[in-house]
Amino acid sequence: MSENVKEFTSDNFSAEVIESDTPVLVDFWAEWCGPCRVIAPVVDEIATEYLQKVKVGKLNVDNHNQVASQYGVRSIPALLIFKNGAVANQIVGAVPKNKITEILDSVI
Amino acid sequence: MNRKVIIIGSGPAGLTAALYTARANLNPLVFEGNQPGGQLTITTDVENYPGFPEGIMGPELMEKFRTQAIRFGAECHFKHVTKVDFNARPFKVWVGDDMFTSDSIIIATGASAKMLGLESEKELMGYGVSACATCDGFFFKDKKVLIVGGGDSAMEEANYLTKFASEVKIVHRRDEFRASKIMIDRVMNNDKISVIWNSSIKEILGSKEKGVHAVILEDSQSKNTIEENCDGVFMAIGHKPNTDLFVDILDFDSAGYLITTKGSTATNIEGVYACGDVQDHVYRQAVTAAGSGCMSAIDAERYLENN
Repeated sequence: MSENVKEFTSDNFSAEVIESDTPVLVDFWAEWCGPCRVIAPVVDEIATEYLQKVKVGKLNVDNHNQVASQYGVRSIPALLIFKNGAVANQIVGAVPKNKITEILDSVI
Repeated sequence: MNRKVIIIGSGPAGLTAALYTARANLNPLVFEGNQPGGQLTITTDVENYPGFPEGIMGPELMEKFRTQAIRFGAECHFKHVTKVDFNARPFKVWVGDDMFTSDSIIIATGASAKMLGLESEKELMGYGVSACATCDGFFFKDKKVLIVGGGDSAMEEANYLTKFASEVKIVHRRDEFRASKIMIDRVMNNDKISVIWNSSIKEILGSKEKGVHAVILEDSQSKNTIEENCDGVFMAIGHKPNTDLFVDILDFDSAGYLITTKGSTATNIEGVYACGDVQDHVYRQAVTAAGSGCMSAIDAERYLENN
């Protein structure tokens, strides 16, 4: 995992995501999720390319299920884009990088 | 740069073709598609792939396939082919606006889960509607879910879902299952599972914000409809080959699978080969897909030698 990808937890979610000044991309994932492994390197790349512009991090749904259920995540990988504390857009399933950046660009 | 081989797809067939063509110094370019690793990446334990006596997780097996192909020089890209032109040589393949050319093509696009075809189903996919119990079952802890289908995969997924869900109902349009006896027995002996016979889903009710809350079921005989409450709907109604790219270009059988010459992987266009589930509605196993991927690689290699 790239050093530019943060680890979000139920403890730091509020401070790191909800109160963030910059938009945040949250990758909801789990060890047992095959498509999550596919998308992980893409999320890494995006974290580096959008450094300073977008905060990027991962949230393990096994360990922090309450956050996942709070945002209605019912399928992973799910990428939720937060802006000013609210979900601005979301992408469910492993999709190619250009799809993610397209949606990300439209939000930020 | 013109390629010798482009492989479309990255399941067991595509990656075995990549391994063999890479070892033959053909420097294959693999377009992995929207689901790199293919259908095995949404399964858990694979217990029938030879060489793994303890079983292996589907995603892990596919990582090994990929690593092995790359070790010999295969180039794998997480990109989805959007258009092909096999009329002139070299063959042309597009990913969006980027065009690639190749002397031979190996098609290993596999198959995808069939859906019911409802607007509400498309809308709520990932928000309570799922085609993968092993991926999404986790999110339905202590919830009530429906599973649609009557084959082995429906039985397997129903059983799997009882690990999480408090109640699982199988919705089946006929009055008997086509699944194997052992799988039916497992379902019938599971207290959490019940069956709604002779019924199909006409509508899925819910929203992206709140998820699914019910479905409208129609009785296949009386045509009466009822509302059935549930928190999730899982589809297990079979698979369809991924052939949209090749309509009007390659020959299909009546079920929509690509036709290959018996005893080979040749399609109706010389230099274009097909392997794995996209051309096989009979066996559809990881090991048979890998076997036919190897055949495609050898077929392509011989074609390139002679042309």
